[in-house]
Amino acid sequence: MSAGVGVDLENLWIRFGDFVAVRDANVNINGGDFFSFLGPSGCGKTTILRAVSGFLDPSEGRVLIGGNDMRGIGPNKRPTALIFQNLALFPLMKVWENITFSMEIKGASASQRRKRADELLDMIALPGQGDKLPSELSGGQRQRVAIARALCAEPDVLLLDEPLSALDLKLRQHMRTELREIQQRVGITFIYITHDQGEALTMSDNIAVMRAGVIDQIADGKTIYNDPNTAFAASFVGENNVFRGKIKQVMGNEAMIATNRSGDLVARISTANQGKLQEGDDAMLFIRPEAFSIAADGATGDHFVTARVTHEEFEGNVYNIFTEGEGGKEIKVSLPNLGQSFEDHTGQNITLEYETRNAVLVPAGELAAE
Amino acid sequence: MNNSFLRVSIWVYLVIFFLYLLGPLVIMSVTAFNSSAFPRMTPWECLTFQWFGELFQDQRILNGIKNSLIIGAGTVVLSVAMGLAGALMLTQIWPKLRATYYTIIIAPILIPGVVLGISTLVFWDRINRMLGLGADSVLSNGIFLTVIGQSTFIASYCMLVLVARLQRYDVALTEAALDLGATHAQAFRKILLPFMRPAIASAAVLAFLASFENYNTTTFTFGEYPTLTIELAQKVRYGITPAISALAFIIVALTVFFALLNEAKLKRQELVAAARKKATVEELAGKIKLPSFFAGNMAAVLLVVFAVATITVVGTATAYNPGQCIANVKEQKRLEAEQRIQELRKQREEQRKKREAEEAQQGGAQQSAPKPSNNSGFGNVFAPNTLGGDTEEESSEPETPPSNNGGFGGAFDPNSLQTDQ
Ligand SMILES: Nc1ncnc2c1ncn2[C@@H]1O[C@H](COP(=O)(O)OP(=O)(O)O)[C@@H](O)[C@H]1O
Ligand SMILES: [Mg+2]
Repeated sequence: MSAGVGVDLENLWIRFGDFVAVRDANVNINGGDFFSFLGPSGCGKTTILRAVSGFLDPSEGRVLIGGNDMRGIGPNKRPTALIFQNLALFPLMKVWENITFSMEIKGASASQRRKRADELLDMIALPGQGDKLPSELSGGQRQRVAIARALCAEPDVLLLDEPLSALDLKLRQHMRTELREIQQRVGITFIYITHDQGEALTMSDNIAVMRAGVIDQIADGKTIYNDPNTAFAASFVGENNVFRGKIKQVMGNEAMIATNRSGDLVARISTANQGKLQEGDDAMLFIRPEAFSIAADGATGDHFVTARVTHEEFEGNVYNIFTEGEGGKEIKVSLPNLGQSFEDHTGQNITLEYETRNAVLVPAGELAAE
Repeated sequence: MNNSFLRVSIWVYLVIFFLYLLGPLVIMSVTAFNSSAFPRMTPWECLTFQWFGELFQDQRILNGIKNSLIIGAGTVVLSVAMGLAGALMLTQIWPKLRATYYTIIIAPILIPGVVLGISTLVFWDRINRMLGLGADSVLSNGIFLTVIGQSTFIASYCMLVLVARLQRYDVALTEAALDLGATHAQAFRKILLPFMRPAIASAAVLAFLASFENYNTTTFTFGEYPTLTIELAQKVRYGITPAISALAFIIVALTVFFALLNEAKLKRQELVAAARKKATVEELAGKIKLPSFFAGNMAAVLLVVFAVATITVVGTATAYNPGQCIANVKEQKRLEAEQRIQELRKQREEQRKKREAEEAQQGGAQQSAPKPSNNSGFGNVFAPNTLGGDTEEESSEPETPPSNNGGFGGAFDPNSLQTDQ
């Protein structure tokens, strides 16, 4: 139990008629991990979760929980508990009855249930609220009740389907920390679904980035952010500036591409693509807004970009400069606010500099929608 | 000016509308308390409760009520069960088939009840014979046939009610229950059924009322178990008495009572919910402060008034003895009749004298009394009842009912005239 129960997806395909919702997913989730599936809405995240919890049968492939094939085992027999996207609290039951529903099923007495409910209510910081109805709670409180209800079933794996999406920003950020704390306290495997990269990055041990039924990359948050496998992963996770071009020259783990507008640029090839990208390939180069700094006017070279500033904005912790980029897209530059004075460049040409190791090169591919 | 005219016309319309709706019921209810042997409001004779007593001594009516209740209970169980099954199917079935399925299941509502009754009878008779059972088997039992026959279309009503609620059910709730370890049966019993409970209650009430008032279908299937509607229809064929008004009054009163009760309950839930919403955490953690039952609950107040009125009336009824009044009326009628007889005698005397005088003048004319115009059709012009009305004690021969009861012309029930004596 201390190591937790792992979940494995092996060559998992899920089809709805002709439509392929999940395409050949292979995922190993370690016991006790906080694992996130991150992807835009409609990419098949819920579908994967429903296959793990037993509401959907895989069209092909296997779902293993704790090494056991789950084929033919119904949702009520699996050691999983699912927190639904809309929570699905039982509207006619009081909070404590909701929380201990799994005990009622097993025939526990009302006094046992009350006792356990009180413990869990303390844990989710809602002491004394057991006699309310779910409709009498706020969104964040309902959220926590749903978590308590799932935990009360003592699952080996807790599945969470975008549980924070209905909350406002402040509460969302608060609940991130809280969820992570709860996970560490109970020590079971959490599989978390979200379209919010901030949630995935802050909470997860590992993240799977999904695009239209396909898993693009599985890695920890830092790797995903700094070393994306695909153009989609690079553009979906965090903000990124893209430069397209053909590869002119490969130099070990680095390569130079020829862009239309910004001339030749050099970048590190992302780890997964090293040795695969060849000269002449279409490629995309990504540079984060915070990886730029302002260089002396007129500086040129393979890690300088010169562009005209369209507008600027002050965001508090950063100062953002937007310049004309390629294909109608802007280049965004974020300079940290360290107390220096910012001069307005609007309308002027500006030269930007980056370090080669902060720019990453991946094969050209689909970008995430804005 | 235009506006006020509009307002006045709306009020006038409302008054007419409610008169139209409730007038017959009010009048019928009033006739239940008039001692006149024929149900009518005017002339008012005496306040009496005798018709209620009579009602509860009428074995056929009582038996009809009993059969109606048994059949109603059976129909409620069968119709709600079938309606729920149909509703579950309808919400879960393939979208392509849904429209067809819906039409099929709604069809019985559109088929005339008479047709349903005949087909139920024919169908089960055929089955009965196929199984080689006799005429006394369960399949040809009146209660069985009536429950089955009524349920064919009442189940459709129930399904409509249930589907409306089921469409608001979030399937994720069932999934959540399964996910927490419940079996399908447990999820159904603990989650779906409680959610459906209000709709099931509505459907059950609807089914019971539809069964209770049904005549068309039942008339073919009742066999040896006539329901109340069947008994009433048969009774009316031979004549109508205020005992039937008394029954109508009881039904109206019960309806009003349950309507008020329901309204009061709903209102109370609303108030409680509102209060709980407003209550702070501490209040809820401690003791929930319920609003008093009556605060802002008009229906509850009316309900209590209604109950008090009922108790008063029943109390009065047990203590009240209209014997004096009835005797008075009888005496008055007798006096009136006597007076009339005197007058007629006088008239006759005068006529006789006149005739005698004429005879004396003309000699030896025939002896015959011309009939008074208002006593046409009856030989005995001296019968007191033709003048004073129709209290049972005084009349033993047929009479013409007053013109305002023309609908039942000649349907005067001789039985009812004797039962009270
Ligand atoms: N029962 C179903 N029948 C047909 N298509 C479905 C079904 N469930 C999901 N899909 C489709 O599968 C895709 C992925 O859905 P889902 O897993 O819910 O996405 P998300 O990543 O937003 O959770 C969507 O295009 C959706 O329309
Ligand atoms: Mg989803």
